[in-house]
Amino acid sequence: MSDSVKSWAELPDLPDSKGHFGVYGGLFVAETLMAALDELRLAYEKYQQDPEFISELDKDLQDYVGRPSPLYHAERWSEQLGGAQIYLKREDLNHTGAHKINNTVGQALLAKRMGKTRIIAETGAGQHGVATATVAARLGLECVVYMGAVDVVRQAQNVYRMKLLGATVIPVESGTKTLKDALNEAMRDWVTNIDDTFYIIGTVAGPHPYPAMVRDFQTVIGREAREQCIAKTGRLPDALVACVGGGSNAMGLFYPFMRDDGVEMYGVEAAGDGLDTGNHAAPLCTGVPGVLHGNRTYLMEDENGQISHTHSISAGLDYPGVGPEHAWLKDVGRANYVAIDDDEAMAAFYALTQIEGILPALESSHALAYGAKLAKTLPKDKNIIVNLSGRGDKDIHTVATRDGIEF
Amino acid sequence: MNRIAATFERLKEQNRKALIPYITAGDSSPELTVPLMHAMVEAGANIIELGVPFSDPMADGPVIQKAAERALMHNVSLRDVFEMVTSFRKQDNSTPVVLMGYLNPIEAMGYAEFARAAAQAGVDGVLTVDMPPEEGGECMPLLREQGIDPIFLIAPTSTEARIASLTASARGFIYYVALKGVTGAGNLDAGNVAKKLIDIRKVTDLPLGVGFGIKDAETAVAVGKEADAVIIGSAIVKKIEESAGNPALITANIVAMLSSIRGALDALTQNN
Repeated sequence: MSDSVKSWAELPDLPDSKGHFGVYGGLFVAETLMAALDELRLAYEKYQQDPEFISELDKDLQDYVGRPSPLYHAERWSEQLGGAQIYLKREDLNHTGAHKINNTVGQALLAKRMGKTRIIAETGAGQHGVATATVAARLGLECVVYMGAVDVVRQAQNVYRMKLLGATVIPVESGTKTLKDALNEAMRDWVTNIDDTFYIIGTVAGPHPYPAMVRDFQTVIGREAREQCIAKTGRLPDALVACVGGGSNAMGLFYPFMRDDGVEMYGVEAAGDGLDTGNHAAPLCTGVPGVLHGNRTYLMEDENGQISHTHSISAGLDYPGVGPEHAWLKDVGRANYVAIDDDEAMAAFYALTQIEGILPALESSHALAYGAKLAKTLPKDKNIIVNLSGRGDKDIHTVATRDGIEF
Repeated sequence: MNRIAATFERLKEQNRKALIPYITAGDSSPELTVPLMHAMVEAGANIIELGVPFSDPMADGPVIQKAAERALMHNVSLRDVFEMVTSFRKQDNSTPVVLMGYLNPIEAMGYAEFARAAAQAGVDGVLTVDMPPEEGGECMPLLREQGIDPIFLIAPTSTEARIASLTASARGFIYYVALKGVTGAGNLDAGNVAKKLIDIRKVTDLPLGVGFGIKDAETAVAVGKEADAVIIGSAIVKKIEESAGNPALITANIVAMLSSIRGALDALTQNN
């Protein structure tokens, strides 16, 4: 807590009816999209309370995604670090290998109920693209995934997975050719094919209702973690750690603990080559509020309001914005936002692989690196939950290249 | 009366349609913009729509995206755009200039400073693609205080309720988006446009402009039958792209295109 007198129990439930988290969030889109977003909001408001929808979603999460995901006590690693106990929320064990599917399963069920026949998505690392292609295949829906041309190269394996699943992957050549440009292109597709198309956004960003809706679909992570932690340790955790690109795995973990005093939250951004180099993707640590991709949030931009180039070794964190709820949590002081650079993330990648036999995604390696740092500062009777948001198989090419190995 | 209202009033008296070309400020070089604006006015343009380049133009098709990229290679900023308008005003104090762009550069400058500087430069209207009236509560009054018209898009997907709220917030003219898509798309349906314009006219007296997907005299005439203004962007910007290194050729090609559209629009109204 930033203020020892204040209790988080009274934290307001946001967003408001217009999608605002304090001054953040909102609905900053071209007029053509307004009707579609309204239709989506009404459908979501209806089905999130519909017992049939909820039970179908729960069934899918259990039988198709493989939930609940375990909460694993990384005893050997904790012991070596010599501080607090680290528990890993194993989202890497989900079907398709990351937390992304929690959300795509939910949005796909919504798309089906809304009578949409075509699914589009943007993707950075390719995990959301794969998770979208997966649910589209299962429901027999046409699927088009937009992916920055740079990411298409560095995540070639995921591109192939999407194609195997029957999706069309369109490399985006505009702008910086990464996640933000893929999002621009997906929005352009949506505006053109608005009648039959459902846009599955993969993170807690974008125009209202996406930040709240994606958060809600991801809160299964935090709800499970809360119960599992109490069952295993007899109490709530002392700290939560999750990586933040757009911030969906972090919101999913944080949200069910928001009003629990004594649970510290750490969102870990990508410091890339280092925060002082400018080559990073850490808008909460270094950015300013602005408007991009339909919402107001912290952004990396130049003095003229042009969005900056970002860099991270992990494609999934390589984004100049962040979900608006994180912007709000930063301002009110409920969550702390920190940054881990490429080298620190790599060190955590190797540590977890070699000490625990778990190959983490490079995105999650940022959370692991900060979790390890934090653990060292705390006594052994403290418990930290680190969200292991995805598995690292997709990254072995990047890791090998960094090690000077060619396949 | 501001320049936009005066322009539409004069055109109405003359029974003529407004011709509104769009170019991105600083495309293909900052030196080209002001001379090109004057040349377009001479070729029959009544209002100039000047795009403020942005790194992430979500509502634009590939042609205008590339225009923004060319302008940003010269680091054209909002302040540079104001300087261009100031320079344009030295020779032309009657042709309205409407800025079209995205919200973030305006946020970065600050709404109050933006409104003040825009008014000082001689800007008449501002169309911010990603600022619907619901999110414009702070910005719109500051613009109006400075005598600048906030201009809004109405789309084929806009509901009756939204049309009412948009027309209530809008000043200057209404920009009707002729198709579901991005700028420069090719799926224009003039019949649907006409129907929607008739609906919009029931709730507002503001002049109605139509843009997105109008590329030549033929498409201009097709929407011009019902509209008060025809807005042409990508087709013009394409002329810049085609001869990016040759300002004289760019100007000649754009002038030829606008003259042809001007002639066709005037023929349309004179035949009525």
